[in-house]
Amino acid sequence: MSAAQELSAEAVVAERTESRRRISTRRRILVTLGVATLTFLFFAPLFNLAATSVKDPDQVYAAGAPLYPARPKQVEVDGKDRPVVRVPQADGTFMEMVLVKPGRQESVLADPADVSKTIVWQGSWRTLENAWEFSATLNNYGEVWKLLDYPRLLLNTIIIAVVGTIGTVVSCVLVAYGFARLKFPGRGKLFQVMVATIFIPGTVTLIPTYMLFLNLGWVNTWLPLLVPTFLANAFDVFLIRQYMMTIPREHDEAAQIEGAGPWQILRDVIIPQSWPVIIAVTVFHFVYSWNDYFGPLIYLSTKPELQTLGIGLSRFSDQYNARVGFPEAATIMTLAIPVVLFILFQRYFVRGVVVTGVDK
Amino acid sequence: MERREAQWGFLFISPWIIGLAVFYAFPIVASLLLTFFDASLTGAERNFTFIGLDNWIRFFNDPMAWKALGVTVRFTLLTLPVGIFVPLAVALVLNSKALVAPGLFRVLWFLPYVIPFVAGIIGWLGVIGQNGPLNTLIELFGVQDAPLWTNDPGLIYPALVLMGIWGIGSAIVVYLSGLGGVPTELYEAAMVDGAGWWASLRHITLPMITPVIFYNLILGVAGSLQYFLVPQVLNGGNGNPEGSTLFFNIYLFKSFFTYQDPSYGATLAWVLFLITLGLSLILFGTQKRWVYYAGGDR
Repeated sequence: MSAAQELSAEAVVAERTESRRRISTRRRILVTLGVATLTFLFFAPLFNLAATSVKDPDQVYAAGAPLYPARPKQVEVDGKDRPVVRVPQADGTFMEMVLVKPGRQESVLADPADVSKTIVWQGSWRTLENAWEFSATLNNYGEVWKLLDYPRLLLNTIIIAVVGTIGTVVSCVLVAYGFARLKFPGRGKLFQVMVATIFIPGTVTLIPTYMLFLNLGWVNTWLPLLVPTFLANAFDVFLIRQYMMTIPREHDEAAQIEGAGPWQILRDVIIPQSWPVIIAVTVFHFVYSWNDYFGPLIYLSTKPELQTLGIGLSRFSDQYNARVGFPEAATIMTLAIPVVLFILFQRYFVRGVVVTGVDK
Repeated sequence: MERREAQWGFLFISPWIIGLAVFYAFPIVASLLLTFFDASLTGAERNFTFIGLDNWIRFFNDPMAWKALGVTVRFTLLTLPVGIFVPLAVALVLNSKALVAPGLFRVLWFLPYVIPFVAGIIGWLGVIGQNGPLNTLIELFGVQDAPLWTNDPGLIYPALVLMGIWGIGSAIVVYLSGLGGVPTELYEAAMVDGAGWWASLRHITLPMITPVIFYNLILGVAGSLQYFLVPQVLNGGNGNPEGSTLFFNIYLFKSFFTYQDPSYGATLAWVLFLITLGLSLILFGTQKRWVYYAGGDR
């Protein structure tokens, strides 16, 4: 970078900081608070799932129970657990008192801090609301682990995702390299055909493809989900090819002069410089496979022992929809792994979407 | 030398060539041919008889198919504007210079995109369900018997749109990259001319990102016409309430898997394919009127 360029770059940065400073603090607080509220609402299902998954089932049906995981507050009085109730005060607030002796006309209440201090309260104890305290249980997770056959579904999902990802990355790197670097007749046309296949709806090819797998005896095995991944896919080839096009050709040519063939150039020059896009395709396909529902739905429908977490979760939540906490715990157990992967690799994800989305 | 390079080239792309032949060329031709045959999926009596246009005539006289098509079209008209403008609005806010920690918010708004959609359905059902927080909130405002969204033909589509809202992450990212590509000089020039926030949005931002809007529109049309998985998971494709979730692809899926009729299924698939293709061509035709490519005509 020359001195003049550096100077102008500094000027741009200075100007940007200046324009940022012009925005009033009040506006910044307003915009950020607004976005934070929207973000909170966007994530409401996740908070609700997490909260419900650690709730005791009794809480869900109890009247007046809070949204967060909680249990009725109790205090020990003379060796017995007594409920804590909210007693209305003259000023409209509530006071928490221990219900020592419930009665229809009058009840004996005690101070939770010192249960020896009791008062007699006029009124039916039934009109008093329970007080709740925060309480979370992981019991649902333990039960779901067994009932859902979680370890098996997890293993199935991981094997399908790992093998499919290997197939996708290997085949797509090879094909992308062919399109990016090697000259052959009809290359441009074939590339156009490839991009066009992205827009062909899956239903048009579904029925003959299914009948093909049926006749091969592959239905109710993992083969229809795994074999096609080794035959590349337009989306990922496009992504990798676009990236490889940005690698300077001088590197290939230098290797070529030293006598390297296409294979060595791919291995020693192109792949070492393509790691960002290879990682992007790896995480993309892994998450895609983890979340794939249609494939396992049609090819594994009668084989529960071969199914994946998505199918298992759907079946489980239908079966146990009356048992609040179970479907929620199962859902958290299904979404945890892609979410963790996303947090670890988020910058590759975002880059991948941008390349495929805009440069097309 | 050149011949050798061409040989290597074909060798490298051969996995895709095989895939193209087996998973695109063969099934497309086969499914088109199927529409002119009466074929059975399996079983002892494996028949395969040429019946001309009977499947197509059957489609034109099939009230269920037209009803299902109507459901899909109605839902598309509702979900498409949401799918185009909600991510755009979110991207505009996330792009605001007044936003503190924009990087964090961008990551958060993309995150649910990686959550399995079955998990999204269960999550949103929890929020809008009978004892969920939304109805608790509605009841706080004094409404008795808050609605059961998924049982009400008038509320099921908004509920379905909500259940799909976690999928907007990729559209947001695409819009954000489009917004990042708008030259800052344009805004500075507009500011000098005294343009406010709305004028800048209307006359600079929106025209400059019309290619991205167009891209999301094309993908959105194709995606909504193919709508299948959410209703399938929600109620097993039974069409409840009152047939409002009997989407075209649910009907196609049933024709094939439940009624074991591959040739009619293939006919329905081709009907939808032709509709999608036609709509896409029409949209491409309107491009000249409203899509602005800064780099000149492409």
